[in-house]
Amino acid sequence: MDPRTFCAQSRLVVVAGKGGVGKTTVTAAMARMAAGLGLSVLIVEVEGKTGLAAAFGAEDLEYDERELAPGIRARSLTPDVALVEYLEEHGLRRISRRLVKSGLVEVLSTAAPGIKDILILGKVKQLERAGVADLILLDAPAAGHAVSFLMSPRGLREIVRAGPLQGQAEDVLSMLTDPTRSRVMLVTLAEETPVNEVVETAFALEDKVGVDLGPVVVNGLYPLLEGLDGDLSAAGADATTLAAAAEFRARRQELQQAQVARLADELPLPQLHLPSLFTVDLAPSDIDELARALSAAIGALPEVA
Amino acid sequence: MDELVVDREILVCCGPGGVGKTTVAAALAVEGARRGRRTVVVTIDPAKRLADALGLEDLTDSPRRIEGDWPGELWALMLDPRSTFDGLVVKYAADPDQAETILANRFYRNIAGALSGTQEYMAMEKLFELHSDERFDLVVVDTPPTRNALDFVDAPRRLTRLLDNRLFRLLMLPARTGLRAVNFATQAFLRTIGKVVGSEVVSDAVTFFQAFEGMEDGFRQRAQAVLELLADPGTAFVLVTSPRRDAARETEFFAEKLGEAGIDVDALVVNRMHPRFPPVGPAPASGLLVPLYRNVSELSRLADGEEAHVAALSARVGAAAVCVPELETDVHDLPGLARVAAYVFGRS
Repeated sequence: MDPRTFCAQSRLVVVAGKGGVGKTTVTAAMARMAAGLGLSVLIVEVEGKTGLAAAFGAEDLEYDERELAPGIRARSLTPDVALVEYLEEHGLRRISRRLVKSGLVEVLSTAAPGIKDILILGKVKQLERAGVADLILLDAPAAGHAVSFLMSPRGLREIVRAGPLQGQAEDVLSMLTDPTRSRVMLVTLAEETPVNEVVETAFALEDKVGVDLGPVVVNGLYPLLEGLDGDLSAAGADATTLAAAAEFRARRQELQQAQVARLADELPLPQLHLPSLFTVDLAPSDIDELARALSAAIGALPEVA
Repeated sequence: MDELVVDREILVCCGPGGVGKTTVAAALAVEGARRGRRTVVVTIDPAKRLADALGLEDLTDSPRRIEGDWPGELWALMLDPRSTFDGLVVKYAADPDQAETILANRFYRNIAGALSGTQEYMAMEKLFELHSDERFDLVVVDTPPTRNALDFVDAPRRLTRLLDNRLFRLLMLPARTGLRAVNFATQAFLRTIGKVVGSEVVSDAVTFFQAFEGMEDGFRQRAQAVLELLADPGTAFVLVTSPRRDAARETEFFAEKLGEAGIDVDALVVNRMHPRFPPVGPAPASGLLVPLYRNVSELSRLADGEEAHVAALSARVGAAAVCVPELETDVHDLPGLARVAAYVFGRS
């Protein structure tokens, strides 16, 4: 599939996955890829300090949007500020700050779980409707949370049966269930627990929220290296180390491939494979490399009829 | 590490999600039993097979004994925030009627699931309860995967802060002085909130706070006792992490927040380290050995990055790092836990 077509499928892409699987990395790579195609991108972060800005060599994000790189803007949404904005837009400017300062968000979100989430999703929906960017990437909360986060409009509809917040929940739900407006891209690693969790999350999101699932990103795969079983007789003193390292790599590749196959068996979604870059800290050049890998993986997907 | 399992009374395993915290907590507990201590481990959300290995196949919130070849004892339980919270309500209610009213309230029922920090609060509460239980002399607690360390250090205080909140005082006023005493301004305020979020939400909250009347002191004292226990020298904090990209970043943030809260990290466990291979000579420019050298160089680059990260983290928290290699499969049985413990305690 042409990466351009892929990016044009929906304006909002929610990137979700368990902690530690590289969700933020994938968000950054996807942003870089889209920007490279000439699209304007807005990244929305909801948990704060995800390291997203650092991957672009920038300072931590704030509520107001900022340019991270050419064509890539980003902002961090918090329920408190979203509530103030929401109240102000609903003619309650005078009391909005007092309400928020009083700890109202905490009370309300206890009274009706999901209110925090709906405030954030409501803001995202507003950005999506306003078409503030060609592509909006939402770096979602970690796995278990992602399900409750995206389920919040359904849950809230049952608790709050009237009023503007209920309307907000309806609007968010129509965005989430419309594949031309939004889809969820799950990220995982080729390991036992992450694979189990991503399968569980995928089914929960489809059944309980009714979102459209994009391909699953399998992150951190050892790039296949040919010739690891080569003849070591010429290696001299290095032979033992080379052999031990080769054996380690071959074994890990085998384990990862087994998990990839299991994921394919248990979850009927196309997969996008991203390589391990053998680094702990991501430099902007690493993001470029992952963006190229992502683009190539998308290019290998079949066209959708 | 040896000192911790031998002498301390409480080990709190904290760190970001997805780093193997539950596994490390369980491994520490197994080690405790090996060293002859009567150990209990509170897990939060073990992977199913580990739960099975620990005998937790059906969700239970009371300790279950696990038999094994060790001089001490090993007990395990899975935290159930709801029933722990219910237990607290029953304990501090003036009479069964008050407890019943609260337990049935919709606002209360949401608290266990929704008030941020409730799971953390209940983990701390459970820890307190088990520490006072004569059957155990070492309590190991796994903590919920929180991004912000303050969420859990602060958790016991959060409910009392909620109760102290001016808004709540306002909501509780009708119970104290009768509805008529609520002034027009307050009524208008409540009506406005009701308009935005729906009036049922507001009335549920008001009912809850009215029912809660008189119980705040009990809760406040208990929260204070839990906080004191966390600060006690018998309590040790074990920061668990893995050198993976996102986790590494989150752990730094986590450590920073622990520092802000004035909590010392007593031990640092780094899970899932990649192996370090000995150095090799320069790679040949061509030939069959090229990919083999490239492999060593890639794995060395990864090891360099991981070791640098571990060193920086160790310096930051002021504790030596204990490293556990990335194992081929997930740990889901007692021998697996014993293997992890062998790495943590330097026998492997």
